Amino acid sequence: MTKTAAASPYGFRYIGTKRRAKEHARFVTGHGNYAADVTLPGLKHVALAASPHASAKILAIRTDVARAMPGVHYVLTGEEFCSATDSLPIGVDAPKVTRWALARDRVRYAGEWVAAVVADSRALAEDAAELVEVEYEALPHVTDAEQAMAPGSALVHPAHGSNVVLHRDFIWGPVEDQFAKAEHHMRFRAIWNRNATVPIETFAVMAQWQPGTEILDIWASIQMPKYPDQTAKALRLPGNAVRVHYDVDVGGSYGVKRGIKHTVLVGFLAKRLGMPVRLVEDRLENMRGGDMHGPDRSFDIDAAFDGDGTIRALRIRAIDNVGAYAGRAPFQLGKPVSAICGPYKIPAIAYEPISVLTNKTPQEAVRGFGQAPTNFAIERTIDRIAGFLTMDPIALRQKNLIQHDQFPYTIPSGSTYDSGDYHAVLDKALAAIDYPALVERRDQARRAGLLAGIGIATCLEPSGGNSAFEPLLNPKNETTTWMDSCLVRIDLSGAITGIMGTSSSGQGHETLVSTVVGEILQRDPAQIRVIHADSLSALPSNSPVGSRMAIMLGGAAAGAARKIKETLLAIAAHNFECAKDDLDYRDGNVNLKGVPSKILSWDQLVEIAHRKFHAMPPDVEPGLQEKFTWQVPTGGGLPTPDGRIQIYPCYAFETHIVYVEIDSDTATPTIKRYVCGHDCGVMINPDIVHGMTYGGIAHGIGAALYEQFTYDDNGQLTSGTFMDYLIPSAREIPAITIVDHCTPSPLTTFGQKGSGEAGYLGAPAAVANAINDALAPRNVEINALPISHLAIWDALAGRNSR
Amino acid sequence: MSETLYRIAVTVNGVERTGQVTARTSLVDWLREHLHLTGTHIGCEHGICGACSIMLDGAPVRSCLIYAVQTDGHRVTTVEGLTHPDGRLSILQDSFCETHGLQCGYCTPGMLIAAQALLDANPRPSEDDIREAISGNLCRCTGYQQIVEAIALAAKRISGEPA
Repeated sequence: MTKTAAASPYGFRYIGTKRRAKEHARFVTGHGNYAADVTLPGLKHVALAASPHASAKILAIRTDVARAMPGVHYVLTGEEFCSATDSLPIGVDAPKVTRWALARDRVRYAGEWVAAVVADSRALAEDAAELVEVEYEALPHVTDAEQAMAPGSALVHPAHGSNVVLHRDFIWGPVEDQFAKAEHHMRFRAIWNRNATVPIETFAVMAQWQPGTEILDIWASIQMPKYPDQTAKALRLPGNAVRVHYDVDVGGSYGVKRGIKHTVLVGFLAKRLGMPVRLVEDRLENMRGGDMHGPDRSFDIDAAFDGDGTIRALRIRAIDNVGAYAGRAPFQLGKPVSAICGPYKIPAIAYEPISVLTNKTPQEAVRGFGQAPTNFAIERTIDRIAGFLTMDPIALRQKNLIQHDQFPYTIPSGSTYDSGDYHAVLDKALAAIDYPALVERRDQARRAGLLAGIGIATCLEPSGGNSAFEPLLNPKNETTTWMDSCLVRIDLSGAITGIMGTSSSGQGHETLVSTVVGEILQRDPAQIRVIHADSLSALPSNSPVGSRMAIMLGGAAAGAARKIKETLLAIAAHNFECAKDDLDYRDGNVNLKGVPSKILSWDQLVEIAHRKFHAMPPDVEPGLQEKFTWQVPTGGGLPTPDGRIQIYPCYAFETHIVYVEIDSDTATPTIKRYVCGHDCGVMINPDIVHGMTYGGIAHGIGAALYEQFTYDDNGQLTSGTFMDYLIPSAREIPAITIVDHCTPSPLTTFGQKGSGEAGYLGAPAAVANAINDALAPRNVEINALPISHLAIWDALAGRNSR
Repeated sequence: MSETLYRIAVTVNGVERTGQVTARTSLVDWLREHLHLTGTHIGCEHGICGACSIMLDGAPVRSCLIYAVQTDGHRVTTVEGLTHPDGRLSILQDSFCETHGLQCGYCTPGMLIAAQALLDANPRPSEDDIREAISGNLCRCTGYQQIVEAIALAAKRISGEPA
């Protein structure tokens, strides 16, 4: 029933056409292979005993009653585990902030794991976990970042000597000078409260130790760079003793599926007990102890601008509440440096990022890696400047947006934006929503007594993720390599297989690789198989983080396919005794130019490569298999002494226009209209890009209106279920119109940019701007997300709900 | 906790399956762990996300909220039971593939069950009907748009209208 593919708008054969995803048939039939679906004979199950305190000393742990329960095989505590394994990596320069999966001596947040029980079934393991007796002495706790920074605060890691794990002052450009010259200044605070991507699949991992080969096999719902290496290191094993099976389907991640602590724990147990062991988080474990919360950030913004709307400079202080441990999460203050002035021509920026430990659940990477909160703060700034000047927010944006003819454009913090046409995308979005009619609709609604508002956001999506923020924020860390790779193999039957070295969590990488390889080799992508190698046979990869796979895996697949094509041409040239330039390649067959009868078919070329060494050119390897590994374009440099660095290579652009009405009886906001203008260069599969963008917008609407990990005064998480952590349904998410635009990137194989974070990077800002536009006639403003209906109600009533 | 075993006989995807289960074994655990029907997924185990939706005697229910013993003598349909016996995709499954009504695939089995139940009861649903029918199924990838399109497409195809 596949529809005939429409022609590619970019002139390609397969790229840009409507194509089904290779992955979907197995998912709609229930034949996905998720981590909790994989099983082994004799599998044992883990349940966890967790801390009820936000901060406490562990005085004693008694495990004998739990251990004596029938069906229980082991109870592990931090004392044994922490002695036998190494701390998980600490990204920032804070070596005393060590972290293990199980607490020893001290717990630092409510929900932190204290003991792990292994039993014949998950149910028995849970029963036994309730029998683990832990004696605590409660200690003072702190959950507010600014209180944690204050002198005399309780310390989360006393050995570190402070709760601050990162504090930098960057000055890019003549900030003082611009502030002195500016006609106006404006200050305010924007708050992005704690939320996360919260995939519907919780984290799951299974491990088995093979004593004969001394290999630890791992199946996990993972999306993480350096996962096998970090697992091996923490377990004090050589890297080649850990084999991660990447052919596991991951049930959503959007950044957070980084269960490294879970993996080290389960790997240790599997090896210690000589049994296969599995841990599948339940929902509360995921929400409270899964260490997968996202940024929790306040922004103090000071803007300098002139009466005509010219924005001269910004000072941004960002305080992020990173929770009880600091893995990679503080770097989420660094990635936004790559687009710190947004899409605007702002010549001077001061940026002061501060990462603070508290007794909350630790953070993990969340979609956009800190960019969505930053975009929210910047876009609120733009709207507030417009309000201050009583200027149209669209006109203010048009005045300050970087112009099409200014690319490549280097921003004050050192990144060069590759390409874009921001005005054109904004115009397309305005046309699609019929902006004058929308304004009239809002004004009519207001005349009828409703609260109604229009919100706009114009935002960047840095893509092609690398790790340049690591050396920027931690000078002792010189990580600049951030490669990806692909291997393409043609077997004796002529069938094509693409091999990638990481797992996928819904991004359609099998579709990506097959489309690109099919494009280069001119072979039908539907017949190309794509597999995920395990980590011992796999290729260098840094996993699908930072919207990088269309660029990096797509580029690697193209590179490998081009090498195959060159080999086929070399074989034909040798057999026709001509130069490669004298040949035509068409659909995998090669013929002498102008002589259609002088042809070697795909099958013949493949047979020569596999079976006819006598017909092979002397310097070409037999067999048809090529690997291509490459580094993120433009990446690879260290920062300058004043903290300028090229971070990501490609910059996609999105314009959001949202219309909101607020119910006057309940203060419930309803999104009535949503248009997103989007330019991510060439789309390899437009349906996949659109799907991720719709999903990102929905996720952003959740962050703007509903989702928050809330804590009470005792440091207890009070939104650990889906009854109080509110993920929007099809009822809350409106129909969305996406308007495409294409400014190809000059840096990538086909002109593509990344889009895995699309939508999420602008939706929270646009929705917040729409609500504030609706509230403006009542002289009420809300700059803290999520803007729940209760927050609106309280604001209208003149109360502070927080 | 008593671990007394109860014998059950349930018609699963048209085939009678028998089992010995404890009283506290949820239906989803029995389907996944004992029958190895892993197409039904677990998302929250408190009845909100809908990933574990199955049909019980034709009505969509959360298999995390019922015990296996409660289904003794009843009919259960899982996502595996939506596919034609010869392996061909159903119109609904095919429509999800056509419109990209899924990404990671984790919520998909539950979505398909909710959508099939809707189409069984209402072959010509409006967009509003569709959104209401899947509003008890959370998806984190798609923003629901291409799911709504898939169900609308399936409805058209089932009623023989040109898609």
